[in-house]
Amino acid sequence: MLTHLNNFIKFFFIIILITAVPAKVFSDEKKIDLMETNWSFKGIFGTFDRASLQRGYQVYSEVCSGCHSIQHLSYRNLSEKGGPEFSIEEAKSIAAQFEVEDGPNNEGEMFLRPGRLSDQFVSPYPNVEASTSANGGAYPPDMSVLVKARKGGADYIYSLLLGYKEAPTAFELDDGVYYNKYMPGNKIKMSEPISDGIVEYLDGTQTTKEQIAKDVTTFLVWASEPHLESQHKMGFKAIIYLIILIALVYMSKQKVWSRFGSTAVEEEDTFDKVERTVTEYEGEDPKTFK
Amino acid sequence: MSKEKYIPKSKIGQWFDSRLPLLTLSHHLQSYPTPKNLNYWWTFGGILTFCLITQIITGLVLAMHYVAHVDHAFESIEHIMRDVNYGWLIRYVHANGASMFFLAVYIHIFRSLFYGSYKSPREVIWIIGLLIYILMMATAFMGYVLPWGQMSFWGATVITNLFTAIPLVGESITTWLWGGYSVDNPTLNRFYSLHYLLPFLIFGLVVLHIWALHVPGNNNPVGIDVKKNSNETMPFHPYMVMKDLFALLIFITIFLWFVFFAPNVLGHPDNYIEANPLVTPSHIVPEWYLLPFYAILRAIPSKLGGVIFMFAAIFILMLLPWLDTSKVRSAIFRPIYKKFFWVLVFTVILLGYLGAKPPEGIYLILSRLATFYYFAHFLILLPLLGRYEKTDPLPMSISDPVLDKVRVIDKVKKAASEYEGENVNSFK
Repeated sequence: MLTHLNNFIKFFFIIILITAVPAKVFSDEKKIDLMETNWSFKGIFGTFDRASLQRGYQVYSEVCSGCHSIQHLSYRNLSEKGGPEFSIEEAKSIAAQFEVEDGPNNEGEMFLRPGRLSDQFVSPYPNVEASTSANGGAYPPDMSVLVKARKGGADYIYSLLLGYKEAPTAFELDDGVYYNKYMPGNKIKMSEPISDGIVEYLDGTQTTKEQIAKDVTTFLVWASEPHLESQHKMGFKAIIYLIILIALVYMSKQKVWSRFGSTAVEEEDTFDKVERTVTEYEGEDPKTFK
Repeated sequence: MSKEKYIPKSKIGQWFDSRLPLLTLSHHLQSYPTPKNLNYWWTFGGILTFCLITQIITGLVLAMHYVAHVDHAFESIEHIMRDVNYGWLIRYVHANGASMFFLAVYIHIFRSLFYGSYKSPREVIWIIGLLIYILMMATAFMGYVLPWGQMSFWGATVITNLFTAIPLVGESITTWLWGGYSVDNPTLNRFYSLHYLLPFLIFGLVVLHIWALHVPGNNNPVGIDVKKNSNETMPFHPYMVMKDLFALLIFITIFLWFVFFAPNVLGHPDNYIEANPLVTPSHIVPEWYLLPFYAILRAIPSKLGGVIFMFAAIFILMLLPWLDTSKVRSAIFRPIYKKFFWVLVFTVILLGYLGAKPPEGIYLILSRLATFYYFAHFLILLPLLGRYEKTDPLPMSISDPVLDKVRVIDKVKKAASEYEGENVNSFK
């Protein structure tokens, strides 16, 4: 009976394997391996490369910000710890380059004033509809949490930026649509945004498109997770603390549990005590005492 | 529970305890006798209590900053993540806490299935536990809607649309649930309200769950009744408290590893895109812990049928104490049930995998097979096993030195073959 059952269960698992493996291999969409590069922020000790973040901000402001907003970042974030860490003066002057609508004033009028640290990043378009119509019907997504909103995260953004290729001959593309190896469906409405030398770095870093893509992706990772560094730092401390605590608690637990085995002894102790008391009172050998 | 009545030592204690016996309760909780052979699968009750309290506390803080409005919900989450002091920590603990809560509850449930903890006299504990599980799913589902991302919106749309399958009144019920003609601001508001309420109902049920547990006492890996107040039991404090604490800390370490180093790995990237009723995501999937039921829902060709089977998959568990007719609790002594238990575990994991895949081709065939097997396990296998399975001999007590099952069986078999001089397998 049992051997039959064993055979049946083996058979069951083999059937599942036979059907599941090809399902995995054939019916999934073709998986394209994303391009990889060394990210300084990956891993338990990952931190941002400050210079790369600053360059990334430059790429964002010169290239991307024409169409893409980052409405959840404020100018003050640029000088905060764990970010690009521009000096406060630099961040102030960056903010002052933008005009922000404020008001109403005492006369009830709205007015424009230069940006301050406390302002959120100024968006290129007043609303989603305006940006959609200005971009041929495709809304350039807000970049605040873009990295977290895409499968593959930083690797995906990096690959996409470098994934513009000649379309295969049979591939049909409408006007204003481009071929991208990494975009799901391979069609993208954004024209190739970066090319060699499209920005000029002040620190003399080479402006290859790979470097530019890497810098701006790093910036976008920070934009979507501005506390990533403190997250990693606190995580490391917390885990070390817990490991020590676990060791201590384990030892205490063993100590406490070792007492349990000796309950019998404790009972004997009590019995001895009773015996002794009895002996004291009776002055005779309790063994014979009924 | 000691037989003699507990009397507080101090006069004040006696005065108070005779008016409200909190000290008696506390004494009962401390001295509550637990079987000494409980293994680490029994530490998940404490872990789950921790999870519930963590969710309530972090949720309380999140509620101070969250705005339940379709125009501001997504933004307020980002505000929490960026501008609230340690807001990112609180939110990631809450979001990953939900996953950890379910991980722990699944282990807790499967432990119960393996060791037969749902059997007499513990049916009521089991049913209250299932009610907690159902409320947990409702709470988690509504919580997932609150960030108002794409998966929030479309998940809510798909699940609430299920109610339209109810004949005659389905449409009206759905409209009533939505507070309008689609998932919109009124829906978000009521989900927020309910998401805040349900955890406290869960808390109440947890109290009942523990109360019901303290009447018959814990089951144990051997599955036979222990003699209370003998050397087979040990007081809950400090023995179980220390052991539970040790297990809890390991659990917290894994939990925090997710929180700090992979906080979004259990979520769906689409939920970082703000909800847009005009754009449907290519695959709408619920959170991982609901995937097995989602697979069952889609395995059935008709909508109403799918809904019925999905709910039946949960409610069938309520009948488990009566479907499983075997008198032996622990799977350790049930050689055939033990194997089918693992097949069931595999089937549920397979259903979870299939729930994340599009319902077509081989995935659909597999989910139908797995759904059939899931129900067959409870409706066909368990009643049959209860009747025909030959169980191994049970020990006399949990401290029986011949507990080493293999040795016992070998001994019995050897003795039997010596005496009978024939093949043991045919030996009745």
